[in-house]
Amino acid sequence: MTVLVTGTSGLLGAGVADALIARGTDVCTFQRGASASLSTLGAGRDVRGSVTDPAAVERAVDGVHAVVHLAAKVSLAGDERDFEAVNVGGTRLLLDAAKRAGVSRFVFVSSPSVAHAGISIVGDDALPADPVRARGPYARTKAAAELAALAADAPGFATVAVRPHLVWGPNDTQLIARIVERARDGRLPLLGAGAALIDTVYRDNAVDAIVAALDRADIVHGQSFVVTNGEPRTVAELMSSICRAAGVEPPRLRVPAGLARFAGGVVEAVWRVAPGEDEPPMTRFLAEQLSTSHWYDQRRTRALLNWTPAVSLDEGFARLADSYRRP
Amino acid sequence: MSTRANPARAVAARADATLPPHPLPGLEPAFPRLVRVPGAGGGADRTWHLLDNGPRLAELGIEPRGTVLCVHGNPTWSYLWRRLVSAATDAAVASEADAWRVVAVDQLDMGFSERTGERRPLATRIADLGALTDELGLDGPVVTLGHDWGGVVSLGWAVDHRESLAGVAVLNTAVHQPEHLPIPAPLRLALRRSLLTRSTVDTPAFLETTLALAHPRLPADVRDAFRAPYRGAERRGGIGGFVADIPVGPGHESYAELERVAAGVAALDVPALFLWGPRDPVFGEQYLADLLQRVPHADVHRFEGTGHLIAEDAEYAPVVLDWLRERVRSAEGASSAEHASADATDASGENAHPEDAAAFRPLWRNLDELADSTLPALVEMAPRVGGGPRTVTWAKLSRRVGEIAAGLVASGVRAGDRVSLLVPPGADLTAVLYACLRIGAIVVVADAGLGIRGLSRAVRGARPDHVIGIETALAAARALGWPGQRFSATTLPAPAAAALGVRASLPQLAALGAERGGSAGLPPEPAPDDVAAVLFTSGSTGPAKGVVYTHRRLAGVRDALSAQYGVGVGTGLVAGFAPFALLGPALGATSVTPDMSVTRPGTLTATAVADAALAVDATVLFASPAALTNVLATADDLDERRRAALGAVRTLLSAGAPLGLPLLERVAALLPAASVHTPYGMTEGLLLTDIDLPGIREAAAQDDEGVCVGRPPATVHLRVSPLGPLGEATGPLTAEPGVTGEIVVSAPHVKERYDRLWVTDSASRRDRDEGRTWHRTGDVGHFDAAGRLWVEGRLPHVLTTAAGFVTPVGPEQRAETVPGIARAAAVGLGPAGTQQIVIVAETRPAARRVDRASAELTAAVRQAVGLPVAAVLVVPVLPTDIRHNSKIDRAALARWAGGILAGGRRVAP
Repeated sequence: MTVLVTGTSGLLGAGVADALIARGTDVCTFQRGASASLSTLGAGRDVRGSVTDPAAVERAVDGVHAVVHLAAKVSLAGDERDFEAVNVGGTRLLLDAAKRAGVSRFVFVSSPSVAHAGISIVGDDALPADPVRARGPYARTKAAAELAALAADAPGFATVAVRPHLVWGPNDTQLIARIVERARDGRLPLLGAGAALIDTVYRDNAVDAIVAALDRADIVHGQSFVVTNGEPRTVAELMSSICRAAGVEPPRLRVPAGLARFAGGVVEAVWRVAPGEDEPPMTRFLAEQLSTSHWYDQRRTRALLNWTPAVSLDEGFARLADSYRRP
Repeated sequence: MSTRANPARAVAARADATLPPHPLPGLEPAFPRLVRVPGAGGGADRTWHLLDNGPRLAELGIEPRGTVLCVHGNPTWSYLWRRLVSAATDAAVASEADAWRVVAVDQLDMGFSERTGERRPLATRIADLGALTDELGLDGPVVTLGHDWGGVVSLGWAVDHRESLAGVAVLNTAVHQPEHLPIPAPLRLALRRSLLTRSTVDTPAFLETTLALAHPRLPADVRDAFRAPYRGAERRGGIGGFVADIPVGPGHESYAELERVAAGVAALDVPALFLWGPRDPVFGEQYLADLLQRVPHADVHRFEGTGHLIAEDAEYAPVVLDWLRERVRSAEGASSAEHASADATDASGENAHPEDAAAFRPLWRNLDELADSTLPALVEMAPRVGGGPRTVTWAKLSRRVGEIAAGLVASGVRAGDRVSLLVPPGADLTAVLYACLRIGAIVVVADAGLGIRGLSRAVRGARPDHVIGIETALAAARALGWPGQRFSATTLPAPAAAALGVRASLPQLAALGAERGGSAGLPPEPAPDDVAAVLFTSGSTGPAKGVVYTHRRLAGVRDALSAQYGVGVGTGLVAGFAPFALLGPALGATSVTPDMSVTRPGTLTATAVADAALAVDATVLFASPAALTNVLATADDLDERRRAALGAVRTLLSAGAPLGLPLLERVAALLPAASVHTPYGMTEGLLLTDIDLPGIREAAAQDDEGVCVGRPPATVHLRVSPLGPLGEATGPLTAEPGVTGEIVVSAPHVKERYDRLWVTDSASRRDRDEGRTWHRTGDVGHFDAAGRLWVEGRLPHVLTTAAGFVTPVGPEQRAETVPGIARAAAVGLGPAGTQQIVIVAETRPAARRVDRASAELTAAVRQAVGLPVAAVLVVPVLPTDIRHNSKIDRAALARWAGGILAGGRRVAP
């Protein structure tokens, strides 16, 4: 069996490709730049290109039996049309091409934010994706894409959506690197009391869950699964655990959550007019994410995917600390 | 103008019956039907609309056991019963043995039934209903169910159809207007002639007012459904007719009929169920009291927080079905009167199990037998009236009790009357308590530990006929409108007595009783199975519940204490926890109350205990943990003589909350000859197990979850009902070691029942194992291999994680081993079955504000608890109940922690 993995320039995509290769599955990778996976392992087929390019997509799905689709525009701010094109348009293109190419399994890697309307989530299972009420262009377009993927589920074409929540691990350039960098500069505020309880998932566990969804697609098709470590922590504890692992001072500055949300909205608006080099330091979406609780019921996920997290939070932070200690 | 039609025209409007529009929320379209009833004796035919699951049951081939005939009040319609029709149909499908046909009528001129254009006074309405049931052929067992004035109509039908009647049930209703009570204000207003037509017919005001009585507010679509048959003044004639038919006095045309129904109800001997919403401005609790006087064998449940529209406010349908299953099924085959008494017999464990029965000895018997004894019965080291120690001999106490008893009888207190005692512990309370018991009056004991709101709710719910209280209690009784004739503990100045509505004081009662010959002139003694007392729980986990004890069961409490701790006639007993002094006369012990504040046991000093012990050569000391803590703190003040007095104490009972082992060791050192005991119990079962100091030491070496409370006395049978993964106590009763479940007890001295909480009561006694009556304690725990019981917390506080249930006490104890943690509570966050564990802790030194615990403290707590803990919060102080200052309402604390950990404001719990 050959599996196409899209978006392998990222931490999670590379991890999925590596895991599949490690167990002897043929892997084809597909992303715009260099794959973070095959450069280290030097195995399989690599297709360069954008998921918005029909010709590249055709090439990518040629001869594959299954798809794990991670490629997406992942950003906290930006032009909504770009998100739409990559996340919705790209997914539709890939779904159509895969179906025509005779692919039988399609795992869409989504995000819990597709069902997060800004209020607290306390022990809920995966709620339906909601492209209207999801917050921010990323979540809205991922929601629409997830609905498209699940709607494409049909006999002989099993689709599954997996929503890993706040993936982190060593070498993560998204969440971890940003938190550490800002903490180092003394620019990392704690929102509100920092007491909102939040689920996260260690990278390797998310990889395992995605592979499990691929393996069990015939049984779990048509469903969405939130994937977490099942160990929610307060925002403050997460931040300080990450900072400790990286050897930097944990955040001290406290910003009231309401103010942060307001400021996030303003910054977001300004950024759209005059984009800077970096992401905006605070968006309304991020402020909401970090000041309201969201943790999930993992019973259905674990039972149906026949998966449990192999790496505990404590073990994950130890590995993170190791990665910072290595030169 | 047509909208200002006169009442005659509005009432006279004729219209045919119709089916209700479809859909209406919650109303299944299969149930509405129209039934034409031929006019009797030349009268006109009438067409009724009703909800009826009979056709559906017939379709399914289910033969119902009988019919529930439901009658709505004014101004609702059969829609009120929609949930019962559906639930009964579902239950019938689930089990044919529980199949009931439900017929819910729209009374004529109401709902979607025919508008007759005629006046329909009460007698006509009762006859109307009879004509309908004749047409339907309802001759099998029928249980009536009515609400509001529909309650009267349904009971009228019941009185007239005794041959087919299997039971009666009502929701807030009345069959009698007590003479001394005014008509409820909302009705008085509606009854004013000038307003009557306008508020009830011309405008929907009466309808809207009724719909606004729901708690919580009704959804808009449900309100619309209630309004559906009453759109337009010409359809509301029946509403005005009903209000005009309220028999406000003997001159009213329906007065005689109501009196006939009321008298007939008193003669009913079928099972009866009264479901009551206490927040009803129309049918207040005085009407429930009136109904209970007529039907004393009725099962009652007051749904705290619900009101007039109880059928909307409470989940009444499953309760009605449960009641039918439990109470009405067993009536089949036997005559209904036999049923009522047979069931009462079943309810007492010792009757079901004669081997458990001890010879009954009334609680006041020592007062008769020692009536000539000049030995001390009570000693108060610091009486409230001042001065030195006051000693009351047996002879004096006996005489005083007899006089007060006779005075109460002379003042109209009857056997079976409820008497609320709001007097602090002391000689006065002791005397009046035994006087009440002797004449068969039921004492209601709710203490100030409930807080004034809880106390008020308890007293109103228990509906005392009389209140005996100190001045402040009587002032509260007056201010809060507590019912009952009032007596004061001490003689008040005449103006104060008049202002408080006091009929007499205890001294005046005693004087009156002395004139009537004291104990010589008393009525016969109450029977052993008559109700003796209603004691209120501490309400630490919800509204306080009234717990009913019969004389036999209270005597059982005395016998259990006597057997367990060797207290009997002649024993000197120091009551370091004032309420214990009340037990002295029943035990035959000489009880001495040390110099302490009755309301603050923490003021008891070592010297005060020793002086008390010296006064009566005491060998037994009862005390609360708070008192013992202070006794230890003041032990250095003891002189030689006083130390020696403490050295003579043989038995120490520390009751209330558990006391830690280190403190107990120090207590044991102070009382070298004493065996130190800690009992486990609750208001519903005051002595379920006992453990002594060696037992506690032994248990400390074991790593079982929870607190070891020891073994039961011989007369107590304990089991657990094992918990399922969602924390539900559904497993079959077992005494197998190591299995955690709800603790279940059967003993001659546990409660008779809960007061006016039929639902709670039948749930608490649902087990039938070994032919015994069991009581579900609501505590969870397990037995160890040596047969000792370990208590692990309250059932509603059990946490349910994805990995299974977690009982709170074990994790809390382990968290409390962490240096810096003073007291911890383990609570579950999130939905059952996927909860996260959160520890909320008081620290040493105390936290100044609510906060997350530091990283170090969090790590230490996680390590100690040994379970996945999502977060540790620190608080300046954990909220506890008022009575014990130890019981934490973890359910409330979990809601609070949920708010904090959802990113909410850091308010104090």
